[in-house]
Amino acid sequence: MTMIQSRAQMRLSIFSLIPVLLIAGTASASAAGSETDFRAAYAAAEAAEQEAGRLRNQWTVTAAALADAKTAAGKGDFDKAISSAKEAEALAKASIFQATSEKEAWKDLEIR
Amino acid sequence: MVLVLTPPRLVLAALAALALSAMQPAGAAEQPDPAADAKAFRNYFVRKFPDVKLEDFVNGPYALNEDMRRQWEEKEQFPPYEFSLEMGKEMFARAFPNGRTYADCFPNQGVGIRQNYPYFDDREGKVVTLELALNRCRETNGEKPFSYLGDEMAALTAYMAFTSRGKPFDIKIPDDPRALEAYQNGKRYFYTRRGQLNFSCATCHVQNPGERMRAEVLAPALGILNAMPIYRSDWGGMGTISRRFTTCNSQIRGVPLAPQDEEYRDLEYYLSYVSNGLPISGPGARP
Amino acid sequence: MASSIRVRATANGEITDVQTLIQHPMESGFVRDAKGGFIPAHFIQELTFEHDGRKVFVADWGTAVSKDPYVKFSFKGGNKGDDLKVSWIDNKGETDTTTVKIQ
Repeated sequence: MTMIQSRAQMRLSIFSLIPVLLIAGTASASAAGSETDFRAAYAAAEAAEQEAGRLRNQWTVTAAALADAKTAAGKGDFDKAISSAKEAEALAKASIFQATSEKEAWKDLEIR
Repeated sequence: MVLVLTPPRLVLAALAALALSAMQPAGAAEQPDPAADAKAFRNYFVRKFPDVKLEDFVNGPYALNEDMRRQWEEKEQFPPYEFSLEMGKEMFARAFPNGRTYADCFPNQGVGIRQNYPYFDDREGKVVTLELALNRCRETNGEKPFSYLGDEMAALTAYMAFTSRGKPFDIKIPDDPRALEAYQNGKRYFYTRRGQLNFSCATCHVQNPGERMRAEVLAPALGILNAMPIYRSDWGGMGTISRRFTTCNSQIRGVPLAPQDEEYRDLEYYLSYVSNGLPISGPGARP
Repeated sequence: MASSIRVRATANGEITDVQTLIQHPMESGFVRDAKGGFIPAHFIQELTFEHDGRKVFVADWGTAVSKDPYVKFSFKGGNKGDDLKVSWIDNKGETDTTTVKIQ
């Protein structure tokens, strides 16, 4: 039997499980961001930043966002950690785009 | 089924290859013409600032702003870089523990030669700047290299610049494809936008010299290295070319490369070359 | 050891123009070092110029004055060849003094 549940229904059933889970002594995975999600987001951001590093075009704000993500994760605030990691990934990708497009675009600025 | 290239197919394949190579971006086959570049570079600034004497471009914002110029001329009677310059002179004269001196590493005892740096070292196939040469001198004599961002390197280069005051930049690009490549690399770096603020060196120093960036008046790119190293009031001290390059990068929110990395040396090569003929005015003082 | 005070005084008719550059760290006490601690405040508190036994310029300084301060001022009186004495004392009690001839 397949159970197609709405988010609300899922939340409800999760909450009803909480006492059980707490008793079991395990951390509850809520509908909000999880550590697994954070790790995935951070890995993606880090990979993009490393690519930007290979292109010798990293931004300072990317490093700052990555650091923010790590700090938030360390405090257990995975929502914030994930959003910082996603911002870091976006910034890293923008810096990659910049480096790639500037390979030709620089000529537009050249004094001739 | 085996595909056999019959003569017509061979011709087609050859034509295709030819067509592809003709579609290569022009830049790949384009030979840089540094002399033409330098001429165009100079003309751009001379036309943009017709009232500024050519030699005066080395004074950066003071060439473009009367009020700042007055304050600077007053302070030049008692320049803030005096202490660092004195320290540099003492350091240069002091022998290494092995008995040799900096003078032994340089032509003409290191006096009056700053205008020849950077140069292209054809043995190593790379650009050698004055800062790099000084640290190499130290290492050859068993000494630890100085940080390119610190006071000691600034003081040494200040002294060497001082002994060359008035001498025109005389950067050579030998007839060597590697030297041309380094020059082109430096030029490319100069015009490439970087950092989250998406600025290139040209954004400020070609498109906006004389304009304000917050409280600072931007210097023109022509002659911009002639006054180096500079005592910046902002820094409360003397700073090297390496320091200026790295801080410019971080100010536009780009992670700086390591001081004296290839891009920076090539950038210094390009910027110095296009300012050939303009006098060394270092060490300089800036806000 | 060289003096921390560079001074030049020039007589222009009735007026003597004085310029000074003083080598001093002028630490405000608010700057942190590499380890995160504060670099202790170390600044000139009083700077005095004397001519003919008379104080012609006195500065009471605090932490707002930057490193290696430069001072320029003029005073009436003072002839070529007269002595001008410059001295300072800082918050640590360190002092320096020098005397130059008015040019």
